[in-house]
Order: sequence, then structure tokens, then C-alpha cells
Amino acid sequence: MTRRRRRSVLILVCGAVLAAALGLVLTAMRDTIVFFRSPTEVAGQKVAPGTRFRLGGLVEAGSLKREADGKVAFAVTDTGSTVQVRYRGLLPDLFREGQGVVTEGVLEPDGVFRADTVLAKHDETYMPREVADALKAQGRWQEGTGKPGQGSSGQGSSGQAQSEPVSRTAVQ
Amino acid sequence: MLIEVGHYALALALALSLTQMVMPVWASRTGDPVLRSITVPAALATFACIAFAFGALTYAHVTSDFSVQNVVENSHSMKPLIYKISGVWGNHEGSMLLWVLILALFGAVVALARNSVPPILRANTLGVQAAITAVFLLFILVTSNPFSRLNPAPVEGRDLNPLLQDPGLAIHPPLLYLGYVGFSISFAFAIAALIEGRIDAAWARAVRPWTLAAWCFLTVGIAMGSYWAYYELGWGGWWFWDPVENASLMPWLAGTALVHSTVVMEKRDALKVWTVLLAILTFSLSLLGTFLVRSGVLTSVHTFATDPTRGTFILGILVLFIGGSLALYAWRAPTLRQGGLFAPISREGALVMNNLFLSAACATVLVGTLYPLALESLTGEKISVGPPFFNLTFLPLAVPLLLVVPFGQTLAWKRGDLAAASQRLFIGFALALAITLLAIAVTWGGPVGAPLGIGLGAYLILGAALEIVTRARGKTVGLSLRRAAGLPRSAWGTALAHAGVGITVIGIAAQAWSVESLATIQRGGELRAGPYVAVLEGVLPRTGPNYTETVAHLTIREGGDPVGVIEPGKRFYASRNMSVSEAGLLTLGVSQVYASVGETGTDGSVGIRLYYKPLVLLIWLGAVVMALGGGLSLTDRRFRVGAPALRPAVRDTAGPVPPHSVPAE
Repeated sequence: MTRRRRRSVLILVCGAVLAAALGLVLTAMRDTIVFFRSPTEVAGQKVAPGTRFRLGGLVEAGSLKREADGKVAFAVTDTGSTVQVRYRGLLPDLFREGQGVVTEGVLEPDGVFRADTVLAKHDETYMPREVADALKAQGRWQEGTGKPGQGSSGQGSSGQAQSEPVSRTAVQ
Repeated sequence: MLIEVGHYALALALALSLTQMVMPVWASRTGDPVLRSITVPAALATFACIAFAFGALTYAHVTSDFSVQNVVENSHSMKPLIYKISGVWGNHEGSMLLWVLILALFGAVVALARNSVPPILRANTLGVQAAITAVFLLFILVTSNPFSRLNPAPVEGRDLNPLLQDPGLAIHPPLLYLGYVGFSISFAFAIAALIEGRIDAAWARAVRPWTLAAWCFLTVGIAMGSYWAYYELGWGGWWFWDPVENASLMPWLAGTALVHSTVVMEKRDALKVWTVLLAILTFSLSLLGTFLVRSGVLTSVHTFATDPTRGTFILGILVLFIGGSLALYAWRAPTLRQGGLFAPISREGALVMNNLFLSAACATVLVGTLYPLALESLTGEKISVGPPFFNLTFLPLAVPLLLVVPFGQTLAWKRGDLAAASQRLFIGFALALAITLLAIAVTWGGPVGAPLGIGLGAYLILGAALEIVTRARGKTVGLSLRRAAGLPRSAWGTALAHAGVGITVIGIAAQAWSVESLATIQRGGELRAGPYVAVLEGVLPRTGPNYTETVAHLTIREGGDPVGVIEPGKRFYASRNMSVSEAGLLTLGVSQVYASVGETGTDGSVGIRLYYKPLVLLIWLGAVVMALGGGLSLTDRRFRVGAPALRPAVRDTAGPVPPHSVPAE
């Protein structure tokens, strides 16, 4: 094989693999990404029933109910609007009423959000960034305290942001 | 006092590393070899200073010196000793200090490796390494001082985040950092080569052991982190395609490509310009990973509260090093002499495929990780890119790569024979197919992906074994064994590492058969997962050194016979007002039964999640085997002996190795 032909084979193969990778990324982007919505956005009919999305906000105080078979029901609020959530499974250790939460699932036609994932956080004063932003949009967030301005049950720990262990980085 | 001296030692290390950075530049202007040789003692002294600072912080943690803010925020006098020590890097300041400690450690080791690296290359490499050290020391001293004092000192600390009070914290971050930071050496070598404008097979031979060592550490570090998350988070998952996980996977993918491309460069003097770029990109991805994790710009299941001002500083470091090195590359790479091209069907051709697929896979992971950030900063729309995206993009790129692996090992350098290679691999392929069909038959009606994945894993393991068999086969068994023992260690290392990939693939594929069940049960109640039944014998309180625990006592039965006991619990740490689940694990061979507990009801009932995870341990065992293979390769003669190409006499005495098998990798 001549040098030129070898080079063109190499370029062709590289091009084909990169094009395949690009194609995969573009296809996957269309079907698999999940949007984040706040309860206010859900109430504003921004979400079609049946689409998967992430719902984030505060767990409304007094809303947590445990049912038979490990099912739980609770309400997620951004203090403007509230969405009822049903979930089957064990809740993360840091799940508490009055605390921030991010859940992922599908909105049923009856307006109840059926979550299959409730995201755990590793730190009791940590507020998911999306939730913090959603609360800011409602004017319910005090910058720098790491806590919502109201509705938070006392967590005992001081308000300043904890230093954050990397450690768990790579689960890697 | 020791704390202040530790702080001072850090400042001293900064001054030393600045000296170490400037000297090679000055030396290249004046041509004075003495100036150049200063880099060696400077690298050793920098390491000594940082080690002293790290020791001082460790001392403060061990003795619970609550006048130090870092100790107050992350320690407690009742905490067990191992967590007092591992707590040193269980926080931002301490972990950054560990980062530079390892950076300086690698610098010191390069400084001491007198024989294997040419002096000018070593001086320039140490100079680049010092630049990285200096910038990160500055970062620590300016934004994240671990030595700041509190006055008045509180009587008790706030304790370490309970999730981190686990032996995993003692092992995972140091291993991961040895990997991440180890790639800084490859990076420094690449920059030094660009500055010098010279790159050859000797460069590849000098850089390969460092890359391989870093890769081994990163492999084990990632596996360790995965296992830790598996048993600690209580979800039974081992990989979530979470941004923080991706942050470590990307350098691993690029590093794997680099390990392979340096082989081509060493053996065939080709792929030079690409290898230099890959070395730059690998460390850039490590830096990107550090930025993503430390700055808190990502939402991850593994993130903790973070401070955005530090993110800006790290972003600056990122721009400086990635931008600077790529600019240097664009400027200098055209001056490097290009290596030769080669036949597509050859060992080096297969290694190019390896690099191509690994880079493409790495790029898709990068896109999936950064796309949400880019979209949010451009449009304000918040999205999450999760497992479906990565399964759809990563797997189609990983599978063809894995199919090529056994061929790559079998093909000869320069010009390979595809038909002969297929013939040699035929037995492996046939056996793997038989295993696949058997697995389909046994698990008829189950998921189809699992048997196919198991077949793929078997094919990889058999391919690796066949490679050794083909190369060692002689007329008699005794001769074959002697030949096998005489094969270069790198050949064994390659086979072992590739077999490790196969083991991991089998473990991953088998997870399609894992079973999960969830119920709230009373004492005496039962829960079934696959062939196993868990019986709740009781719920007991227990007290640990700094926590109280509620433990569910479960007997695991298989077909009525008890096979073991597991005790998942929920620990409550009063110092942080925080509770943490402790999963219960029962290991049966390489499979596991896994249980975690939820809330305990007032009537004595308890929520239990039970998993049966067949062959799950293979996922991490495979990674350990990969790293062992890399380690074995590291002990190969050509790395131990300075420059074997110049000493053919040494090679001739290497024992009963048939001459044709020596040059092969």
C-alpha cells in the first residue's frame, strides 16, 4: 500500500468512528435528557403528562405519609406551588421534611408525580443547586446561609456552608 | 506552634517550587548544567516541606487540636483513630493538601530516577511539574488554608460527615489522587518534549512507566470508589454515570489510550504528535475532574456543600494549564518530526483503533458531562443527562473496541495477517459462543444482553489466554512451560490486564440478572430475592464509639437452609444530627446478597430492601486484575534496565526465549 493510500484509510476510519460517535450523541440527546422543573413550572402547565423530568423543591412539612408495601407519599413545594409525589422505595437517609429534595419520574394525568428516584445528598446543610435556584425565583432563599429563608426545620448545625470532602469523588 | 511551622513549610515549598520552575529556563539560556541540576534537590526539598505540612495537619487531627478550624469542622474527640487520620483528607483543604503532596511525591521520584531519564528532559520535566505544584500551593495558601486557627478554641469538634466515616475514605482518595496526579508526570514530559522540540522512542520509554503506574492507581482508585458507593449509598448500584464519576472516568479512558499509544511510539517510533497531545489531554481531564468536583458547579449524588470562590480560582488554573499547553502544542507540534505511517492491519493499526474508540468514548462522556453546564449557562434551562444517555452512547463504542482487543494482541507489528490471527483466535471465539448459547439456554426468557455480555467477557479472557498459549507452545509440555516463563513480563501483563477487562465485563453483564425486592416486614417476616430468603430475626439497638445504631438481624436462607447472617443498620450520629444506613452484605463466592434498612415503624416493623447480585464482585476484581497486569508490565526488564536498546548483550542472556518472541509486546 502506498503512503497516500495508508493515510486515506486512516483518515476514513477515524472519520467513520467520529461520525458514529457524533450520531450516537445527537440521537441520545434527543431522547434521554431529563429537564428540571420546579413545582411552579409544573403548576404552570409547562410539563406534558407522561414526560420524564426532575422535580425539585422542599419537602412540605407534615406531608410525609407512609403506606403499606414501602410506598411513601409526600409533597414538594417551592412555597409558591405544591406537587404531590408518590414513591415506592426506601428514602435516602438525608430525606427530611422541610429539606431540599430532587426526585425523578413521570407526572401522571391526575397531577400526582410518580417518582422512581429520590436523590440523596451527602451533607445535611447541602441544598441541591437547582432547588436553591427555584427557591430564589420564589424569593424564598437567603443567599449564603445554605438554607431556605423559611420553612426549614432547625437542623442544629450552624448555617455556614460546610467544607466539603472530595473524597467520594470517583465512584467512581 | 507545629501548626504555624506547617503553614510556613507550605509557603517555603511554594518558594522552592518557583525556584525549581525557573532554573531549567535560566539554564537553557546560559547553558549552565549546575543551574539545571538544582531542580533535583529543589524537588526533594519541596516534597519534604509539603510532607512536613501534611504531617503537622495529621498531628492536629490525631491529637484533636480544636484550636485549628479544620479539625473543629471535621473531627470529634470520640472519633476512632483511623477516621481521625483519614479525616485529614476528608475535607476540601486537607484533600487539596494531599493532592499537592502526591504531586510533589511524583516530582521527587522523577528527580531520583537518575538512570532512566536523560538529564535535560528530566530538568525540563521537573520544571513543568514545579509550575503545577506552585500554582496549586498558591491555591491552598490563598483560598483554602488548612492551618487557620480559631480563637477561642471550642471544646468539641463538629465531627466528620458520617458518610465518610468508613475505611473507604482511608483508601479511595489517596489511590485516586495517585492516579489523577500521576498523569501530571506524563503531562510534564510532553511539555518538556515540546519545549525541547525533540521526541523519540527514548522519550516514550521514559514516560511509559509513569503513565502505566498512574493508570494502575487510577484503575484501582475508581474501582474502590465504585465499591464504596455500592455498599455505602444503599442503592445497590455500582455506577451511576454521575458527573463526579465521569470526572474520574474521562482521565481513565484517555490514560488507557495513552498507555497503548506510548507502546506504538516506543516500538515503532510512530504516533508521536498524537501521543504528546494525548498526554496533555489526559492530565487536562484530570484537572477538569478536580475543577468539576471541587467547584460545586455540578449536581451530583456525591457532592457536598461547596464554596464558589474557590471554583473561580481552579477555573483559572484550568485555563492556564489546558489553554497554555494546547497553545504550546499548536505552536511547537509542527516542528516535531512526524513518525512513519503503517499498514492498517497490524499491531499498531489495532492500537490506533484502540485509541480512536477510547477517545471517541471519552468525548461522548465529556459531552454528556458538560452539556448540562453549557446549556444552563446559555439558556438557563436545567437538564440532567443520566444513565440512558451514556448507555446509548458509551456502550456502542465500547463493544466494538472490546471485540478488537484479542485481535490486537495477536497481530504482528508492521504487517499483520488477519486470516492467521482469526485462525489462532478461532478456538476462543467458538468457546465464547458456546458459553453464550449455554447462558441463553440456562436463563431462557431472561434479559438477552446478559448472556451476550458474558460471551464477550469470556472471549476477552480466552483471547488473552490464547495469546500466551500461542507464543509459548513448543514441542513438549516442559518446553512450553519454560517458554511461557521466559516470555517478557509485559506480555504477561498485557494478557492479565485484558483478561481483567473480560472479568469486569462478565460482572457488569451479570447485573442484568440481579433481583431486588422491597417490603416492610415484622419480626419473623420474610423477604425473597432470587433464590435467597431473608428472615427478620429481630431489630436490636447497638452503640458505637460516636454513634448509636439500630440493627436488623436477618438470616439468609437458600431452600430452607441457613447460609449466613447479615446485619444492615442505620447509624445515628448525634454530633451531626444525621443518620446513615449501613448496608449488610453476604458474600457467596463472587455473588452477594445485599440488604439495607429504611425507617423503623412504631410497631416494630422495618422497611427492608434486599438484593441478590450475581457475580457482582467480578466488576471490581476485574479492575484489580487489570491493575495487577499493569503492575506486572511495570516490572518488565526494559523498564528495570535503563535503556535496553543500547545493551543487546543483556537481552541475549535473557534465557530460553525464542528470538522471534522477544521484540513483541
